[in-house]
Amino acid sequence: MMEHQASPILDLLIEQCAKDIVDTHARFGDATVVVKSASLLEVMETLRDGRGFEFDMLMDLTAVDYLGQTPRFEMVYHLYSVAKNHRLRVKARVPRIEATDSSFNGHEFVIASVSKIWPAANWLEREVWDMYGIHFQGHPDPRRLLLYEEFEGHPLRKDYPKEKRQPLIGPRN
Amino acid sequence: MQSISGLANTSFQALDADLSKDLHTQHQILNMGPSHPATHGTVKFLIELDGESVVGLDVQVGYLHRGFEKECESGTWYQAIPYTDRLNYNSAVLCNLGYCMAVEKLLEIETPERCQWLRVVASELARLADHLTRCGAACLELQAMTPFLYGIEARELTWDLLEMLCGARVTSNYVRIGGVKHGMPTNFVAQCRENFARIRELLKDFDDVILRNRIFVDRMRNTGVIGKNELIRYAVTGPLLRAAGVPFDLRKDQPYLVYDQIDFDVPVGEIGDNYDRFLVCEEEMIQSMRIVEQCLDRLQRLGPGPVDVDNYKVRWPAKGRVFNRMEELIQQFKSVTEGPKVAAGEAYFAVESANGELGFYLVSDGSEVPYKVRCRPPSLINLQPLPLMVRGAYLADIIPTFDMINMIGGECDR
Repeated sequence: MMEHQASPILDLLIEQCAKDIVDTHARFGDATVVVKSASLLEVMETLRDGRGFEFDMLMDLTAVDYLGQTPRFEMVYHLYSVAKNHRLRVKARVPRIEATDSSFNGHEFVIASVSKIWPAANWLEREVWDMYGIHFQGHPDPRRLLLYEEFEGHPLRKDYPKEKRQPLIGPRN
Repeated sequence: MQSISGLANTSFQALDADLSKDLHTQHQILNMGPSHPATHGTVKFLIELDGESVVGLDVQVGYLHRGFEKECESGTWYQAIPYTDRLNYNSAVLCNLGYCMAVEKLLEIETPERCQWLRVVASELARLADHLTRCGAACLELQAMTPFLYGIEARELTWDLLEMLCGARVTSNYVRIGGVKHGMPTNFVAQCRENFARIRELLKDFDDVILRNRIFVDRMRNTGVIGKNELIRYAVTGPLLRAAGVPFDLRKDQPYLVYDQIDFDVPVGEIGDNYDRFLVCEEEMIQSMRIVEQCLDRLQRLGPGPVDVDNYKVRWPAKGRVFNRMEELIQQFKSVTEGPKVAAGEAYFAVESANGELGFYLVSDGSEVPYKVRCRPPSLINLQPLPLMVRGAYLADIIPTFDMINMIGGECDR
């Protein structure tokens, strides 16, 4: 499970949040931790405020569609600490909500929003909703970011055909 | 007289009371954009105004979205490089570089020394061109035509140099996975020194015209300010963060290429208003030229030699051998049709672009086609706190603030 070469951040995190961690690695020198989606916010708060972490910047946030795997989507967060000049990648698989469960307004893929921890996540999570259709629970403004509201589907999903066109207005004759 | 003035007083008092009681005011909603002459960049502002003051602002992006990530997921690793040119067309080399170095990280290859110095030359020229556009256009949009023309002349000279080096002025497509397109042309060093001398003159004229101009200073000073803690919370990087006094620069803090062997300074501002941002960019241009000159000295000492990795799986062999030998011909054929196979894994690599941290997060499933190419766009992320920067300010303050954010549609919307 623990394949990492001398990453003090990972050691410290394993010490403090061992029960929330699924996996760690530091391939290509990128310290990476995979956490349980249920404890995402808890771990993120520790990472922002905890001694030795101080990740004050959420550099990037995106999702990857592993079509065919369960759970299908993985959230990827890249954290940076201006104070400590170190980085960490946090990943979490997005749980799938059963169709019978109506507590998330019919959303199929739901994960907690980190926009309360880092406001930078606001637009980035909107982009992920736009492109992958992952709903962020507790997001203050859950609109699409880049595409228009009438757009159907989520184009970065692997099962969305690249050739598919849905222009808002038709071509000029 | 007395009675008249008494009468006048009463009626004014009555009028005052009326004004405060019955005057009906409501906020005005103003649509600005998506194509507005005073904003270089396709973006729409939905502004809620109280008189001339901004009460609320909704920034709507996406007008230049063209599916960069989706396109990258359907070609080879090589075929994504021209798309990265179109991210930030002011500093295309920096986007090439970020992507190629992220792929190199996945491939675990190191480029030759000569290539690394050349990459720094190209990146700093791109940064110079980008900052010249930003500062020049900022002047133009505040109705100062002359400094804009000085800036654009300097940018032309920079683009001439980029054209000599890369073969193209704007979408230069210069950096390759495991190398660069080709080495320096013979007269490049001399041309560089000549153009830099002229650019320095132009920058001095630029400063003389604009920096003490009353209108310019009034519109830039103390506008668009938010604190550095807020900037960090919004993950703002680049000149915006440095202008607020945080000396975060990847070239110094997490040096890549040969930046750790180069002597240069990272300028920082004090309060982070638009004027500080402008001055930081001005100083970064001077530093970029200083960096290029050091690189040229080193490249001259290194002399001619290879600029690509010696690995046929990544970078195709020299044409002389391709045309004369069977094995190399096959290698070139494989290299063009398939490109490198990248072992399964994930990597994030970031460079200091003209706007801040430009990162690429790549996922490979082990094939010759990327599984995921994520670009961390500094333009998008720096634009997000704009409503905080102009809250309560005048409508006109949006213009200089948006100029100094330097949102580039191609990179913001991808």
